[in-house]
Amino acid sequence: MTENLHLWILPLLPLTGAAINGLFGKRFSRSMVASVGLTFAGAAFVWALWVASRFSSLPRLSLPYVVTVTTWLRSGSFQADYAFALDQLSLVMLLVVTGVGFLIHIYSVGYMWEEGGFYRFFSYLNLFMFFMLTLVLGSNYLVMFVGWEGVGLASYLLIGFYFTRDSAASAGKKAFIVNRIGDFGFLIALFLMIQHFGTLDFGKVFNATQALPAETSGAGFLTAIALLLMLGACGKSAQIPLYVWLPDAMEGPTPVSALIHAATMVTAGVYMVARSHIIFEHAPSAMIVVAIIGILTAFFAATIGIAQTDIKKVLAYSTVSQLGYMFLACGVGAFSAGIFHLMTHAFFKGLLFLAAGSVIHAIGGEQDMRKMGGLWKKIPWTWITMLIATCAIAGIPGLSGFFSKDEILWRAYQANWAYWFVGVFTAFLTSFYMFRLMFLTFAGEYRGAAGAPHGHEEHAGHGTHLGREEILPAQAPAPHGHGHGSGGIHESSWVMLGPLVVLALLSIAGGWIGANRFEHFLEPATGTVGALAAEPSTGTAEPATLPAAPAEEHGNERLMTGISVAAGLLGLGLAYLLYSAKPGLPDRIADALHALYTAVANKYWVDEMYATLFVKPLVGISTFVFWRGVDQTLIDGTLNGGAAGARELSDEVRHMESGNLRSYAGWIAIGAACVLAYMIWVGTR
Amino acid sequence: MVPLSYYLVLSAILFACGVTGFLIKRNIITIFMSIELMLNGVNLSFVAFAAQWHNLSGQVFVFFVMVVAAAEAAVGLAIIIAVFRTRETLNIDQVNLLKL
Amino acid sequence: MLHLVLFSVFGLICVAGAVNLLVQRHPINSALSLVVVMASLAVEYLLLGAEFVAAVQVIVYAGAIMVLFVFVIMLLNAGEEEHTTGSIVAWLLGIPGLLTGAILVCWAVLRYSGNREVAIGALPGAPRDLAQLLFHEFLLPFEVTSILVLIAIMGAVVLAARPEAVQESKREG
Repeated sequence: MTENLHLWILPLLPLTGAAINGLFGKRFSRSMVASVGLTFAGAAFVWALWVASRFSSLPRLSLPYVVTVTTWLRSGSFQADYAFALDQLSLVMLLVVTGVGFLIHIYSVGYMWEEGGFYRFFSYLNLFMFFMLTLVLGSNYLVMFVGWEGVGLASYLLIGFYFTRDSAASAGKKAFIVNRIGDFGFLIALFLMIQHFGTLDFGKVFNATQALPAETSGAGFLTAIALLLMLGACGKSAQIPLYVWLPDAMEGPTPVSALIHAATMVTAGVYMVARSHIIFEHAPSAMIVVAIIGILTAFFAATIGIAQTDIKKVLAYSTVSQLGYMFLACGVGAFSAGIFHLMTHAFFKGLLFLAAGSVIHAIGGEQDMRKMGGLWKKIPWTWITMLIATCAIAGIPGLSGFFSKDEILWRAYQANWAYWFVGVFTAFLTSFYMFRLMFLTFAGEYRGAAGAPHGHEEHAGHGTHLGREEILPAQAPAPHGHGHGSGGIHESSWVMLGPLVVLALLSIAGGWIGANRFEHFLEPATGTVGALAAEPSTGTAEPATLPAAPAEEHGNERLMTGISVAAGLLGLGLAYLLYSAKPGLPDRIADALHALYTAVANKYWVDEMYATLFVKPLVGISTFVFWRGVDQTLIDGTLNGGAAGARELSDEVRHMESGNLRSYAGWIAIGAACVLAYMIWVGTR
Repeated sequence: MVPLSYYLVLSAILFACGVTGFLIKRNIITIFMSIELMLNGVNLSFVAFAAQWHNLSGQVFVFFVMVVAAAEAAVGLAIIIAVFRTRETLNIDQVNLLKL
Repeated sequence: MLHLVLFSVFGLICVAGAVNLLVQRHPINSALSLVVVMASLAVEYLLLGAEFVAAVQVIVYAGAIMVLFVFVIMLLNAGEEEHTTGSIVAWLLGIPGLLTGAILVCWAVLRYSGNREVAIGALPGAPRDLAQLLFHEFLLPFEVTSILVLIAIMGAVVLAARPEAVQESKREG
């Protein structure tokens, strides 16, 4: 007996919160706004927990559990319902989204307390939760797309939250526009699905795909669909070539960066690829593309991360890099490993961002790491939690990141040693730049200017405008809009520290479930199915048999694990060397490798390249062809010309009414003559 | 026995003279008299047709035309007097303020 | 024969009077020419047998309306016409249009009316028969025209009254 889980309540709760805060929040007090926001986010989390608890009572074979709210579209033979579905994969995503989301809501109360637009922030945050839950719970591609677009919208609103700042507004636009390119790919994929399958429902599409042979030779429409879906994922999850919006998205408040650009929205692409795993498995060339994009992005972003000076930028590139790992996992067929890494990444990356926010908050708005240092004594809780997260991301054994990252590297090795090699090198770089961040921020002597009272302006994102990232000389600290009466570095309040602690615990323990048990749990939803199997995907599927004997496999796996742990420790050691023991060394290395360093520090000039290749020509065409040419000359010209012509005509004709009676008589006479002539002509015919 | 068409031609000539007077004369009163001339021409044609079709309605219509002409003459001349009082002129070319 | 002669003579007098109206410069001369036209038209009506209409023409038209015209001319002391530049349209469009119209009508009438002839005194318009028609079939127009005349009287009085006279009557009234 399947009980009714009322899945539709889950997205509705944060939507209600968003509506209340959006419509009435301006009149509420801050505590009221915060309570509304927290209540609905918390209620969603509680409901998700309840759903999870009841999940085990659902009979296995009835999954996915579908709740149809209403028929949405019906056109000919095509029908799309507004329906939600629950299976293991969406359950994992659901808990991550609501759990981490709720923690970040709590954190935001403290972080945004002194900012303007408090009610707006919570309204947008709840709105984001609504769309993300729609995305995760959707039972067909169309509902997923609604959520997909909606999180893009929420991201735009929240990145440009400080909309009076040009850089923030531009960053919001950039995010939305770049995402749109990805969405275009997603849409074409949907159209192809409708064309070939006649439906967008997950179950039906996957069943239909299952019945087709894998496109191992050459590319058919399944490959096209898969590649286009990947394009959408590149946009949403910031992979090459559409990653450029994520670093700029750091213009938004830090909780936004934590929630949207680390834990949940950017993982939507990974979720979508994992959900569509059957399509990808039937298109091996697309899988290779996914894996290559993943590993390239991971490496590329990591190299940029080692030269960044803004603490949030380092974390942004780190996110791009870790997302690359997730796509690498999907590309080699280890979808559950990708989801596992998604989960642990949500914990430690969310924690990293929140802790960075705490640091920024403590020193009064400064984000440049060169002006930090020696903070470990002053903000101990922040330091400890951030250290835990850094160890997790570096793959220190025992913490969550270790389990997930190693699983990915192991599966990558089984597919192709080149993936593994670049992956291990990237892990080394990851560890290096994260510990670099830790040393620069917390160790050594304080190099900044906090301690002097500062003003109330909202912080200007230095060096974060679109375009080049110059290595600027010592800049004035950008005030962050927290008007602390007394300067001085102080720990954040417990409203902000509480979520940090919880996430730190999760970063430690989140991986203990182990990759194998996790994979087994997700088996029905993401299991690799044999290319010629004809059984429906809702049944339990056999995991792919491993090629080699188990014992030797185990030994190899331990060896690989050891190598990747060694890479992580190597990164830590190098960071210690360069940034703690010998502080002058980095500059000398930078001078020695001047060209390389400049390229990396300027993010390989990718933004500039895009500007020259795409943006400027488009703007030029818009201005000269469409605006001046078509709109002004053609359309306005025709209209104005018509109006002017009418005016000139009437100007001529008005002379007929001259006030002179005799001329009127003349006109009448000639008119009468015409009428007479006509009537005589008609009458005598 | 005069053909009907002769009466109609005479009527047309009178009407044409009336219109010509309207077009070329400058004194308002003379223009008014041209209008009366036009009306007379029309009256003649009414009576001629009445005689041809042996229907007295044509002559009754002439009555009505005369009544209307009388009323029109009275009111029109009153207007001319009023105009003369304000504009001090009987030249129609100088009564031309109602224009675009 | 007699009919034709009488018709031609009085027709010529009509036309002569009309042309004279156009040619004369002083309005009083035009007015008197118009009287001549009306008188000869009365004779034409007699030729057609409309005796009552002829009488009414002389009494009402020539005797009342033209008198009104003459009075107004005398009241306003209208002098000879000045030569002012008139309207070009009237000369350029009006005269040709008028001539075209008139010639067309004449041509149509002469060509297509066949040989219908009107005898002298063709339709006796005895007052009794006219009255019969007037008070039976045309009763409504008759009553309406009487109201029309009433309105015309009032209008003429109001429009032609001297402004000071109006103010005086207001003060007194």
